[in-house]
Amino acid sequence: MIKLDNLTKVFDTPKGAVVAADHISMEVPRGEICILLGPSGCGKTTTLKMINRIVQPTSGKVFIDGEDTTDMDTQSLRRNIGYVIQQIGLFPNMTIEENITVVPKLLGWDKARYRERARELMAMIALEPDAFLKRYPNELSGGQQQRIGVARALAADPPVMLMDEPFGAIDPINRAVIQDEFLKMQQELKKTIMFVSHDIDEAIKMGDRIAVFREGKLVQYSEPDDLLAAPRNAFVESFLGEDRALKRLNLVKVNEIVSDEIGTVSPGDTLEQALARIDDFGYQNSILMVNDQRQPVGLITRAVARTTRGYCRDHFQNVPATVGLDDDLRKVASLMFAQDTTWLPCVDDEGRVCGQITQRAMTHHLGARFRAAERTAQAAAETTSKE
Amino acid sequence: MELIQYALDNLDLLLTRTLEHISLVGVAVGIATLTGVPIGIAITKNERVAQLVLYLASIIVTIPSIALFGIMIPVLSLIGHGIGYVPAVIAVLLYSQLPIIRNTYTAINNVNPALREAARGIGMSPNQRLRMVEIPLAVPVIMAGVRTAVVLNIGVMAIAAYIGAGGLGTFISRGISQSDPRQLIVGAVAVSLLAIVVDYTLLYVQKRLTPKGMERAAETA
Repeated sequence: MIKLDNLTKVFDTPKGAVVAADHISMEVPRGEICILLGPSGCGKTTTLKMINRIVQPTSGKVFIDGEDTTDMDTQSLRRNIGYVIQQIGLFPNMTIEENITVVPKLLGWDKARYRERARELMAMIALEPDAFLKRYPNELSGGQQQRIGVARALAADPPVMLMDEPFGAIDPINRAVIQDEFLKMQQELKKTIMFVSHDIDEAIKMGDRIAVFREGKLVQYSEPDDLLAAPRNAFVESFLGEDRALKRLNLVKVNEIVSDEIGTVSPGDTLEQALARIDDFGYQNSILMVNDQRQPVGLITRAVARTTRGYCRDHFQNVPATVGLDDDLRKVASLMFAQDTTWLPCVDDEGRVCGQITQRAMTHHLGARFRAAERTAQAAAETTSKE
Repeated sequence: MELIQYALDNLDLLLTRTLEHISLVGVAVGIATLTGVPIGIAITKNERVAQLVLYLASIIVTIPSIALFGIMIPVLSLIGHGIGYVPAVIAVLLYSQLPIIRNTYTAINNVNPALREAARGIGMSPNQRLRMVEIPLAVPVIMAGVRTAVVLNIGVMAIAAYIGAGGLGTFISRGISQSDPRQLIVGAVAVSLLAIVVDYTLLYVQKRLTPKGMERAAETA
């Protein structure tokens, strides 16, 4: 757990005092990733760096796992906090192994233990120990270097990690891969993480909570879905972007809005039966055909069913796409747009049809959240006006 | 032909003088490294002190060597070393300060700030940062400063023959006083050759001392 209590930093500049962080109070529960988000110069990095005292706080306190860090020795405080920076900062004069084991060495681990740890870490970040440990940082690609940077921060297994735009300098494709890898690691490691980013998409993807900063102040601290649904003011709203409803698509999984009501036909049914079922279920264009294992095998369109006679097995079209229960709505929307369709069948892990997802259900689900937010805002406005 | 004949005839003497020369410069630059590197590191902590120290070191280099020897004669006579080995070594020691201090200062100051922050962030103490990161990274540039000092002072040391310090300069001074071009030219050529050979030797040492992971970076730089 990380708790900031009125953390403040005032820089004395020739032009006068500049408040870089203004009474920041917040709490990150154990095992969660908190993204500090905002435009440049908003105080997010200053706030992060006050936690490990790279920047000395002017006033306020930092608690780690309930303990006030104010009187702790700076070096031992830092050795117990993982630190990853955008520029990676691997030491070019040291091998990968030396880089990774530098903190355990500072902590006085014995050699056998830290060498073992180095191999463990390499396995964790999916790099072959024998191929990499003896090499030097300049022989590695940017993505590999930042994986090593993360491994170095994790070396002494600190409960808390600070990450300052850790994936900012990596190309978009590798960045997505590393983000996914990191989230997977985090599921097991359950570190308490403060993570600075200026990229709203990264924040939504990585964060359990998002803290939005502006001009040294913490403007809003919410879970991603709340943030997108109910931005506190115009600044947050504009920072999130006009497509913030679309960004929520990333956060909702198919299983939250799947409807298990889906009409199907089997290959042995006649087209007449198919037409009847299309009408029964009120489908506009087509109905799904499934085999005996309830796997989707084709589509019977209304046009074919109406004008042709025969069996479904002889007159079906291919299923354009199916979605899984764990897919997010962004993927679903993308498939729908690509296939020019308003619904898609959902399949479970065995590939059996378990329901359908419609555009209507998606917009309704997203809209419900916004309507709720509006009501709360209205209610709040009413109470304040009454007072 | 006459020159080569002379050089061969006096090979023993030539060798002795060369070794004298090397030992004079070696001792002086050795001591200068031991003082200059710590000074160079220390002044990175304070910009104003750094400027002052570098300024003083620059002034010293502008003093003509023959004048410096002249100044030292009365001073060092007080301890009975007005001429000879001691003033020669002191002069070279002083001249070496500028390249060594300046290169050390620049090298440590130019260590990538991201590396410095990473080192702080993972909990290295200031001394550990110096020992594990900053000095290893600065070694190539510091060594370049030492090389400059050595090559510069092989020339200066030739003049020290006038105050009886020995070395290859003896050939030159005798050549002049005895109007003997053979001695003069052999001495001058020997000094030049020595400078070139020593420079390459130190370049090799510099490469050996460069941390392995930085070789590629150092070559492209």
